[in-house]
Amino acid sequence: MTQVKLSGLTKIFDAKNPPAVDQLDLDIDSGKLTALLGPSGCGKTTTMKMIAGLLRPTSGDILFDGNSILSIKPEERGAVMVFQNYLLFPYMSIADNIGFGLKMRKVSKKEIRSRVTDMLDLVQLPGFEDRKPNQLSGGQQQRIALARALIVEPNVLLLDEPLSNLDAHLRDEMRVLIRRIQTEMGITTVFVTHDQEEAVVLADKVALLFDGRLQQFDSPDAFYDTPRSAEIATFFGGTNFIPGHYQDGVMKTDIGNFKAPHSAVGDGAAMLSIRPEAIELGVGGDNSVAGTILSHVYAGRYARFQVKIGDLEIEAITEPGQVKLFGDGDTVPVNFAPDKIWILEANSTPQPVGADSAG
Amino acid sequence: MTTAPAPMPHFNPRSVGRVTLRWVGIAGLLAFLVAPMVPLFIWSISFRWFYPDILPSEYSSRAWEQVISPTNNVLGSTWQTTLIALLVTVLSVLFGVPAGRALGLHNFRGKRIVEIMILAPIIVPGLAVVLGIDTMFIRYGLSGNIIGVSLVHLVPTLPYMTLVMSGVYANYDVDYELQARSLGAGRWATQRYVTLPAVFPGVVVGALFTFLISWSQYVLTLLIGDGQVQTLPILLFNFARSEPAIAGALSVVFILPGILVLLLSSKYLSGDSAAVGGIGNI
Ligand SMILES: Nc1ncnc2c1ncn2[C@@H]1O[C@H](COP(=O)(O)OP(=O)(O)OP(=O)(O)O)[C@@H](O)[C@H]1O
Ligand SMILES: [Mg+2]
Repeated sequence: MTQVKLSGLTKIFDAKNPPAVDQLDLDIDSGKLTALLGPSGCGKTTTMKMIAGLLRPTSGDILFDGNSILSIKPEERGAVMVFQNYLLFPYMSIADNIGFGLKMRKVSKKEIRSRVTDMLDLVQLPGFEDRKPNQLSGGQQQRIALARALIVEPNVLLLDEPLSNLDAHLRDEMRVLIRRIQTEMGITTVFVTHDQEEAVVLADKVALLFDGRLQQFDSPDAFYDTPRSAEIATFFGGTNFIPGHYQDGVMKTDIGNFKAPHSAVGDGAAMLSIRPEAIELGVGGDNSVAGTILSHVYAGRYARFQVKIGDLEIEAITEPGQVKLFGDGDTVPVNFAPDKIWILEANSTPQPVGADSAG
Repeated sequence: MTTAPAPMPHFNPRSVGRVTLRWVGIAGLLAFLVAPMVPLFIWSISFRWFYPDILPSEYSSRAWEQVISPTNNVLGSTWQTTLIALLVTVLSVLFGVPAGRALGLHNFRGKRIVEIMILAPIIVPGLAVVLGIDTMFIRYGLSGNIIGVSLVHLVPTLPYMTLVMSGVYANYDVDYELQARSLGAGRWATQRYVTLPAVFPGVVVGALFTFLISWSQYVLTLLIGDGQVQTLPILLFNFARSEPAIAGALSVVFILPGILVLLLSSKYLSGDSAAVGGIGNI
């Protein structure tokens, strides 16, 4: 079990461009699975390479269990990285690929062979020993790449989008597998993904990166309930934003005043955010305003309504049965439960999913 | 025209086409390789052969006896040519591979200029380059010996080797090396198990052709060798006017490595080699 700490980690490839990774501070818990989440080009791979020792940071430090490892060679760090594009050695058989790390550690041929067989069973590709990488599908190659890293039982496992090429079914299975192995072996794992759902499903903690900068490092549910910015809330799926003024636990907006005990900011200009799933149609009360249903979509497991409140248009997601209760053009009470409202800073102007027409 | 073609059992036009194509290919290659050798060989065993006769009117083994006899030093010359070509090949690989790697993998300031400088000896006639080098070589005692000749053969071969390797490395993903390091391989193990297998076919082909370029140098050898270094091409030229029969026999000896190289490199360039189809599909 190894605790990994990044401290002011920075990588500048080209002085003309902004840093690929910018002053990154991160405490990665020992034996836990941490997701490194962010859009393409935000510096995820760069960060992983630096932890693995494959890329020299411009500045900052990386510590394993409190000791700086910057001067330790990659092959001696005990951190194994699985690359985004699998990188199976093309002229080696699958068995030789998986056994590569053990061979480098001078493990006997016999033991390598039996552990390779175990690994192939684990990733559900038994009998693939003698194949060549180019005879495998992308998803199969990805699983071999995973097996090749797991076999050396690293202290720190760095997975760069290891599931990106699998179909939905296999991806679910591999998620469970990674989670199981990771827990059983207690490997400190960093897992890169640009899919927020995957990060949430898999990780103990999620680090969200935009443009090389850490936005929020939290447990998965915090990204939904208490995002630090409107940008983060948007990245984690659709949210309704309503601008206004926040004071004494009340959010004053053009469409009414709402009790809002939870806030990321102090009093002043602010942005109310509420998820479509949190909006209740047909429920009256203190935090309720009247809205007109513009349109709706029945999606089997849920229903989605576009609702006009004053000059604003918001989105509500409800259980599917509600399509029978409300028709287009109906005026209904729309409730914003105080617990579900989250107040954010006002200055960012995100693209609200609910088609904001007030701005 | 109006009837549909009758079904033909046990006949697969595609496979037949492929077999035919292969035979045509082999026949073509043989014709290409052997055809130029035929008149040379006939020259070498002819005694009298005048226009418009298709074949010589009299035959003789004199030319081959001359080739084997120690007086003309053909064996010594063959050995010397081989030695120089080997030396040139080793030096080219030693310097050309790292240079090609740097050029193929890294983008650095002034890369274009370096590329042009490397290409220069190929674009500018070697003669012009060597005329300049000549006086310097004389001063440092490199004129008229094997070392000097080998060094001057690097003028056309080293750029060639560098360019071949930069092409190989341009198709090569260094992340493979990083992956190996991350899995626990040290620098040397990475070179041995990951880099070498990937670039090996390129090195072999580059080396084979380097050998050939050196083997067939005439002007450079003549200038720097100063008459002291008698490689096969020099010998061949000496006989070309005076003794066509001997020149014919020498040509046969001279052309053999070329054919060997062609066969060897075709093995490395074809799918039969395990190393090909490796990293970057060289
Ligand atoms: N070797 C390099 N030289 C110069 N710039 C680089 C290099 N590697 C990455 N970059 C730049 O650094 C930034 C971050 O790249 P990185 O590969 O870390 O992104 P990423 O988050 O892994 O993206 P993706 O999800 O697409 O894989 C990008 O803008 C990229 O162009
Ligand atoms: Mg990446």
